[in-house]
Formats: sequence, C-alpha cells, structure tokens
Amino acid sequence: MEDMKLIADHLVFQYDKSRSDARRALDDVSFVLHKGEFVGLIGHTGSGKSTLVQHLNALIRPDSGSIYYEGADIYEKDYDRKALRGKVGLVFQYPEYQLFEETVLSEVIYGPVNMGMDKKDAELAAYDAIRRVGLEEECIDQSPFDLSGGQKRRVAIASVLAMDPEILVLDEPTAGLDPAGRSELLEMIKELKEKEGITIVLVSHSMDDVAEAADRIIVMDKGRIIYDDVPVRVFEHINELEEMGLAAPQMSYLLRDLKKAGFPVNTDIITLKDAREEILKVLS
Amino acid sequence: MKKKNKDKQPSILKKASSFLSIRNLKYEYIRRDEENNVEGITTAVDDVSFDVKAGEFIAVLGHNGSGKSTLAKHINAILFPEEGEVILDGMDTKDEEKLLDIRRTAGMVFQNPDNQIIGQVVDEDVAFGPENMGVPTAEIAQRVEESLKTLGMWEFRNASPNRLSGGQKQRVSIASVIAMHPKCIILDEPTAMLDPRGRYEVIRAARALNEVEGITVILITHYMEEVIHAHRVLVMDKGKVKMEGTPREIFSRVEELKRMRLTVPQITELAWELKKEGLPLSDGILTREELVRELTEYKHRKG
Ligand SMILES: Nc1ncnc2c1ncn2[C@@H]1O[C@H](COP(=O)(O)OP(=O)(O)O)[C@@H](O)[C@H]1O
Ligand SMILES: Nc1ncnc2c1ncn2[C@@H]1O[C@H](COP(=O)(O)OP(=O)(O)O)[C@@H](O)[C@H]1O
Ligand SMILES: [Mg+2]
Ligand SMILES: [Mg+2]
Repeated sequence: MEDMKLIADHLVFQYDKSRSDARRALDDVSFVLHKGEFVGLIGHTGSGKSTLVQHLNALIRPDSGSIYYEGADIYEKDYDRKALRGKVGLVFQYPEYQLFEETVLSEVIYGPVNMGMDKKDAELAAYDAIRRVGLEEECIDQSPFDLSGGQKRRVAIASVLAMDPEILVLDEPTAGLDPAGRSELLEMIKELKEKEGITIVLVSHSMDDVAEAADRIIVMDKGRIIYDDVPVRVFEHINELEEMGLAAPQMSYLLRDLKKAGFPVNTDIITLKDAREEILKVLS
Repeated sequence: MKKKNKDKQPSILKKASSFLSIRNLKYEYIRRDEENNVEGITTAVDDVSFDVKAGEFIAVLGHNGSGKSTLAKHINAILFPEEGEVILDGMDTKDEEKLLDIRRTAGMVFQNPDNQIIGQVVDEDVAFGPENMGVPTAEIAQRVEESLKTLGMWEFRNASPNRLSGGQKQRVSIASVIAMHPKCIILDEPTAMLDPRGRYEVIRAARALNEVEGITVILITHYMEEVIHAHRVLVMDKGKVKMEGTPREIFSRVEELKRMRLTVPQITELAWELKKEGLPLSDGILTREELVRELTEYKHRKG
C-alpha cells in the first residue's frame, strides 16, 4: 500500500542472549506506520519503548522478525542502513548530553555531512532545520552548552531534521522541561506533522500530552504491544492501563466523575478543550 | 557555637520558630576561558529570602534555569552562599565544623533514578549512609528495615537495583536518605523521568514522610498536580522568588504563572476557562472533587 511507510513484523529481541530464560525486551512486536501519522508510544519504564525505537532505524538488529521500510527489508545484507538513518530520524532521550560540537551550526551540520551531503547543501539544510524548530537565528554561532534546556532539545531535533527525515522518532523529548517548554516543543512537533507531513512517533510518559497530540496510540507492556488504536479507544481501558503502571488523561477521570454525579456527559473525552465544550453544552 | 551565632546572626533569634532560614542569598556561576579570564557570569540565585518551619511541605516551581537546583544545593551545603546566609536547624551552612551535621539534617534526592544507587543490593545501598556516619552495626540493620518499610520497599531488600522500576529506584534513594534520620528531605525533580505509577509512588511517599514522620519536605517539580497538597508553594523566576502562598493562592494566578513559563493543574485550568465562559466557579479549584461539587451545586441552583 502506498501510504505504508514502515512495517514492523514480529520483532523479538533479548539483550542477554546467554540465558534462554532471560526476559525479552521485545516479544513479538508488529505494527504498521502510515505516512503522515502521529503515533504516541506509551508504556511503563522498562516496557521496551526505547528498544523498539532503536529498531526503527536499524540501530539494533532483532533476534527474529524484521522491519520493512517502503517495502524493503532494512536488515537485508545490501540494504543502505546509513541512508535509512536519514529517513528515519531518531532523537534520543536526554539528547542534550550528546551535543558535542562548539557551535549550534556545526552540531546541526554534522548529520547531513556525515550522510555525504556537500558542505554548502548541508549548511543550507542546517539553517533550514534551525528555523523549523523555532530557534532564533542568533543561536547559530552560540555554543549549544549556553542554551536553555528546551533550546538544547531543539538543537538535537534540528540536527536530525537537517537530514530531511520522513519519519521522526522522539524518545521522551519533553522530560524535564518546564510547562512552557513542554507545550512549545509539543506544538512544534505537531507542526512538523501538519505542515510538512512528517510521520511522528512520540514516546511519552505524559498521558495528557499523547491524548492531546496523537492520532493513534501504541501501548507497550513487558515487551509486547497491548493496545494499538485511536486515543479515545485506548483510554477506555483505564483499569488495564493502571494495572500496567500507566493512567488515563486527567480529563477522562473528570468526565467519568461528572457522569457518576448525574451529568449527562459523554465520557469519550480526553482533552481539556473537548471537556470544556462538553461541560458548557450540558449546562446550557 | 550558639553564642557565636548570636553575635553574628541575629536573624535566627528573630525567627526562632524557623527550621530553615535563607537571608538575601545570592549565587553566581562564573565562566572562565583557558587563560582564566571571566567569560560570563550567571546570577543563578538573586537576593532570595524565605523561612521554612519544621514539618512544612514546601513545593518549589520555576522555569528551567530559574535557580531551583542552585537554591536547593545551598540547603545541605553542597554550595555555599556568596552573599547572604543559610541557617539550617540553627547551623550556618558556612560553618565547616557543622558540615556533616548539616548533610545529616537535610538529605537530597535527584532526578535520575539510575545514578543515585551505588549498592549492588537494595539493603546494602540503604546501609551506606548510616555506616559512613558511624552508626553501630546493630542499629544500622534496624534503620535499614525501618526506612525500607516506610517507603514500601522492604520486600525488595535483597533485590539488585537494576531489577527495579524507576519509581522503585527513587524510593530506594529516598530510603537511603531517610536511614540517616534527617529532619528534612529535598527532592529535586524526583519524578521527571518516571512513568505515571512511578510518579504517584514517589509523591505518595513524600507526603507520608511529611504527614506520618513529620519530616520537612522541599519538593522541586515541573508537574503542577504534584504540588496541590503542599502547605506552601514558592515560585522562582530568573533567580528570584516571585510568588509565595498556598497552592490555592498560587494557582489562582493563572496568567502570571503562564508568563513565568509555568502553568496550573489541568483541572484548575479547566475551571478557570469555564469561569471565563460565565460559570460561577471559585478561583484556584485544585481537585476533581471540588470541580464536580461546584458544578453540581450550580446545576441545582439553576434548576
Ligand atoms: N543496554 C541494555 N542492556 C541490557 N538490558 C537493557 C538495556 N537497555 C534496556 N534493557 C532492558 O530491556 C528492557 C526494555 O528497556 P527499554 O527499552 O529501555 O524500556 P523503556 O524505554 O520502555 O523504559 C528493560 O527490562 C531494560 O532493563
Ligand atoms: N554548574 C554550573 N555552571 C554554570 N552555570 C550553571 C551551573 N549550574 C547551573 N547554572 C546556571 O545557573 C542558572 C540556574 O540553574 P539551576 O539552578 O540549575 O536552575 P533550575 O534548577 O531551576 O533549572 C541557569 O542559568 C544555569 O544555566
Ligand atoms: Mg526509554
Ligand atoms: Mg534543576
């Protein structure tokens, strides 16, 4: 199918291969990513999210199963995995600890140059990426270390965007940011999807953030995918999610409480904006 | 010692009831180049003063870089004031002789669950602190048991820390601090890297230490929902304490908080927006229960 960008097919992966009884970090994981989707990936710590996202650009090779990018098996002997890492851009958790260049520009240019782009084009790509993540032009010659936490995250994202990815995978990009930093970064990621059609995979521990931004949510538990559905359907399973160490968005809990208190509200509501509309509607 | 303090720090006498007293604290980070020339100065904490009473639960909010961690590190003498003073339980943190007492009085837990546990086994890690303090062996075992039980981690005493979830690791780190019998615990974004259950476990543990054990808690966080049970909230902005009050007072000031790169709990924000649409709701609603109650009352009045 035209819009299927990436297919994960029965992935199995175990870190400690010396013990056959060791727990699998990924246990028969399959899903399809479509072009232009915004997928939220949630799960308790240790559920396998980071392991899974490192498979998406072939940083990790599965013990069995495979990944197909636009129809081609990325683990085939002759597959160009270096080019793949430009197309499936991965922003690691706490990427600010991996910034190492002297200026923002040289940091962002590193990726495209490494991919074989000539210096001039790489520079153009870098300028473009810096603009797309909403960093000020003045930042370009500054040391990444002098920037704020939220700005450093943007530099890390820009250095992946400069390679012009079709899929952008972000591993907990908002962890540790202040509320404004969190919502600005989330807005920026939503814009990449909406304006540029980039497919997004967002790993997050914030149920409220994925409820707000994602078109679809994949829930992992102990290396397996438990749910893969639109957000409202996933968050219907409040009890099961709590069992797994997760939760529902705050608005789900509120709407359920209101229903119990006798308000004729729709409980399929997970965002603040929809909750406001619904409450005003039933009270008018 | 008392006498010396009396001469030098009249402020403690004036504030006899305060457990922690911070007066005009200022701290700068100075960046130097290879030749040791000053390249830049960041005023991380700028003329901060406040008092904390024994047994209080204080939450500290503030944008990234507002100076929260720098301030926190002054409380247990990891950093020392350049200007101003920090008096913890009657001890001036600049008094070198008191360093161990100060560190014992206020313990600190940081953000990353993966780099605070040094023991190979949970109970070993919790025993380190008391061992270093020279607590007798028999008492160490007792303290380890007490602390792990308080944090609900006793059943994991023989586990290897890398087998634990993030929330469990943070509770072990807290247990390790508690085993030193501190009067105060400072939690610097302890939940930033945790999943929802981990966050819940850590916050519940902090509240229990405060309510049951009477330990003074200072909690730094970016999650507004975590501070609604605090006795008092301090809001930092660019190195200064800009607001101080109960959670309800603070979270009634939605627009000011947003200007300082903060927000309010989602329930508070919803109530605030509903109020703007004309519903007669109180300012600073903090919990679902309150919001449901006020909406129900309104519905009945309306008929
Ligand atoms: N480098 C590693 N070596 C050994 N085990 C690992 C490594 N990275 C992760 N694991 C284990 O694999 C499992 C999945 O971890 P991870 O993918 O990091 O989960 P998540 O990102 O959801 O927190 C966990 O049990 C974790 O302890
Ligand atoms: N070790 C350091 N060296 C230089 N500057 C620092 C250091 N630690 C913090 N700063 C700077 O001091 C200011 C306050 O930082 P910090 O206390 O960590 O704030 P917060 O904890 O609120 O994010 C920031 O501008 C930060 O960049
Ligand atoms: Mg992870
Ligand atoms: Mg900090």
